Amino acid sequence: MKESFDILMVGIGGQGTILASNILGEACLIEKRSVRGSETHGMAQRGGSVESHIRIDGRFGPLISPGTADILIGFDLLEGLRYSHYLKTGGKLIVNQRMVIPTSVFVQKLNLPAEEEIIAQLSAWDLCLIDALTIAREAGSPLSINVVMLGAASSHLPLSEGSLLAAVQRLVPPNTVAVNTKAFELGRTAAQTC
Amino acid sequence: MEQRYLLGNEAIAHGCLESPVSFVSGYPGTPSSEVIEVLSSLPERSYYVEWSVNEKVALENALAAAWCGVRALCTMKHVGLNVASDPLMTSAYTGVTGGLVIMSADDPYAHSSQNEQDSRMYAKFARIPCLDPASIQEAHDMVRDAFALSEEFGLPVLFRPTTRICHSKGDVTLGPPFQNRRVGTFHRDPRQYVVIPAHTRILHKKLNEKQPRVKKRIAELGYNQYSVKGSRAVIASGIAASYVQEILPADISFMKIGAYPLDDAWLADFIRLHKEVLVIEELAPVLEEMVREVAGCVPVHGKMNGHAPYEGELSPEAVSRIMESAGFPFTMKFPVAAPVPDLPPRPPILCAGCMHRPVFYALRRVFKDGIYPSDIGCYTLGLQMGAVDTTICMGASIPVGSGMFHAGEERDIVCTIGDSTFLHTGIQGLLNAVYNDARMTVVILDNRITAMTGHQPNPTTGLTACGTPAPAVSLEALCRACGVSVVETVDPYDLVALMAALKEVKERPGVKVVIAKQYCVITARRAGIRRGRYSVEPEICTGCNVCVGFGCPAIERSDEKAIINDLCSGCAVCARLCPAGAIRKEASK
Repeated sequence: MKESFDILMVGIGGQGTILASNILGEACLIEKRSVRGSETHGMAQRGGSVESHIRIDGRFGPLISPGTADILIGFDLLEGLRYSHYLKTGGKLIVNQRMVIPTSVFVQKLNLPAEEEIIAQLSAWDLCLIDALTIAREAGSPLSINVVMLGAASSHLPLSEGSLLAAVQRLVPPNTVAVNTKAFELGRTAAQTC
Repeated sequence: MEQRYLLGNEAIAHGCLESPVSFVSGYPGTPSSEVIEVLSSLPERSYYVEWSVNEKVALENALAAAWCGVRALCTMKHVGLNVASDPLMTSAYTGVTGGLVIMSADDPYAHSSQNEQDSRMYAKFARIPCLDPASIQEAHDMVRDAFALSEEFGLPVLFRPTTRICHSKGDVTLGPPFQNRRVGTFHRDPRQYVVIPAHTRILHKKLNEKQPRVKKRIAELGYNQYSVKGSRAVIASGIAASYVQEILPADISFMKIGAYPLDDAWLADFIRLHKEVLVIEELAPVLEEMVREVAGCVPVHGKMNGHAPYEGELSPEAVSRIMESAGFPFTMKFPVAAPVPDLPPRPPILCAGCMHRPVFYALRRVFKDGIYPSDIGCYTLGLQMGAVDTTICMGASIPVGSGMFHAGEERDIVCTIGDSTFLHTGIQGLLNAVYNDARMTVVILDNRITAMTGHQPNPTTGLTACGTPAPAVSLEALCRACGVSVVETVDPYDLVALMAALKEVKERPGVKVVIAKQYCVITARRAGIRRGRYSVEPEICTGCNVCVGFGCPAIERSDEKAIINDLCSGCAVCARLCPAGAIRKEASK
């Protein structure tokens, strides 16, 4: 059996998944644990669907296989559904309840499932929906959605709140430490009810 | 010793600092670019670093530095090695005095590439050592050993990480960086550095004579290891070895290969201890061919008997399928997990405010029946707008256009090529097209930066890799010097002027160049350019969908009308497109 705790973070290029994965990696270093990760770079980031794999206590390759992730953090509702098959049975799903409609829907007039339909499909998992944008604004910046989502996931991760918060404070730009600290804490509180 | 969570390319860059390197050159290419980005952005540098205009130039530069006795690194993506293959093949003959490490990053699954070639073949072809890391830590460690190996044998060393090394992350133990920069001096030796036939025949013989010693030394490096556990064995190379280790049962022997060329006797001794072996590696069966050569009557499984794929990238799950097919057990059960079907795709798209979008829009209208050869860059996404008909390799758009013309194609031929790609290998195609009297229009998409790979500067930018000012090349003067008589420069945000310029050149004979010049919207934003947002007046919008069809991610459709979202960068092209005049600049707050 696998020995690592596997986290898949998905979203849209530009939403800050890379910073979020760096924060998780830094938290592992703080706890002196091995970690492996892999992420989307290059042109695929241009508004495209992106994924970050993080394997806490991972010693081998960086890739998580479908059906085996312990937790899926979706920065976008539709992307959460797109990658939901990566979750293991009984896995935890923490998803931003908003979605950015892909341009393909407007230009090629493709079908987009309604939000309620997506949520119904995601309810097959242990689902926790987060209104990340509202919380990020409350924290002081809509750009802190990524840290809100990490905060929301934090109580389901095998990392202490202290290590995660210390990692956030080390890695976000110095003038945003207060906003991101608040974003993390508000996200953590919001997820307590689910 | 310091422990950090790093991107593979950052760890590789740090390995260079520890070596230490004195000279760094390369051309951007995913997944290799971050190595030079890290090395060029460090505040204190005891080495020279440049973005070269192409990989051939980069390697020739680095080779000369290594001839002068300093340690040189040259970085590129796998297809860049094709461009650099001319100096590569003969550099093995001339050899080097300072260590020369050529990093060619392979891209199994072609995440962001035009093919899935395997750089290990080049190392075999050139008869130089090749290092193929299985993890980020190993990639970091290999860099230092690669420089030492290169100097020991006077041979360039090919370092071949893959996307899942370059763009993976992990906890890495780093050593201390060194500052002692060597100063290069060239020692004249025509028999070594002037490869006339009389010299090169001798150099070739010397290269071949080095091989047995190289194999012996590679075996001692420790990157190739095995443990005997049972009557069956898996042999794996590079990152595939990590995937195998994750699911390998305790009673199966394992051999991990990280360095080439292999010592045949050492390999044969291991194989002979087993009843059957399975070879697992990404891309070409480089290792499998070597194993088959020495396996004798021990059955070998792998790609060549259908158990493993020749294409794509591996993963623990993919490795389990190979092992299952070959009848090997593995420790982890992977559930069948299919993605939710029929979701609308979210591919990468041109940014809101990207200068390429109005150009493709205009081309489709001015050259309605045109043929559109294109090139490698963000603008290859013009495919989504129906304005990219061919892409083959860097700089090919113009020769493809002239080839079609001389083949008899009578429709308008309109090539699109970015500034960096034009300077990489596009100029020669233009020169050739003019010289041989083709008829075509070339649109240079000049956004003053190498955007796709992460906004590296190039000769149009006016800055070097390290941010020091450099003379910005005039594309107009360059095109005129190639013999182009019609060269028009337009701002693609000015759709009216752009369409007028294209219509004008359309009727002219010969090779015509239109330079569509506007900053990349991402670099403009970083530079603090704020144009102000636009919005749709709902009372005026007729719901005609013209702006929605433009495909800008800032334009959405809601309740039968268009709306403009937060992504708007203020390029104003949609305001010029709107037949009802419903799109207007928002009052500044």
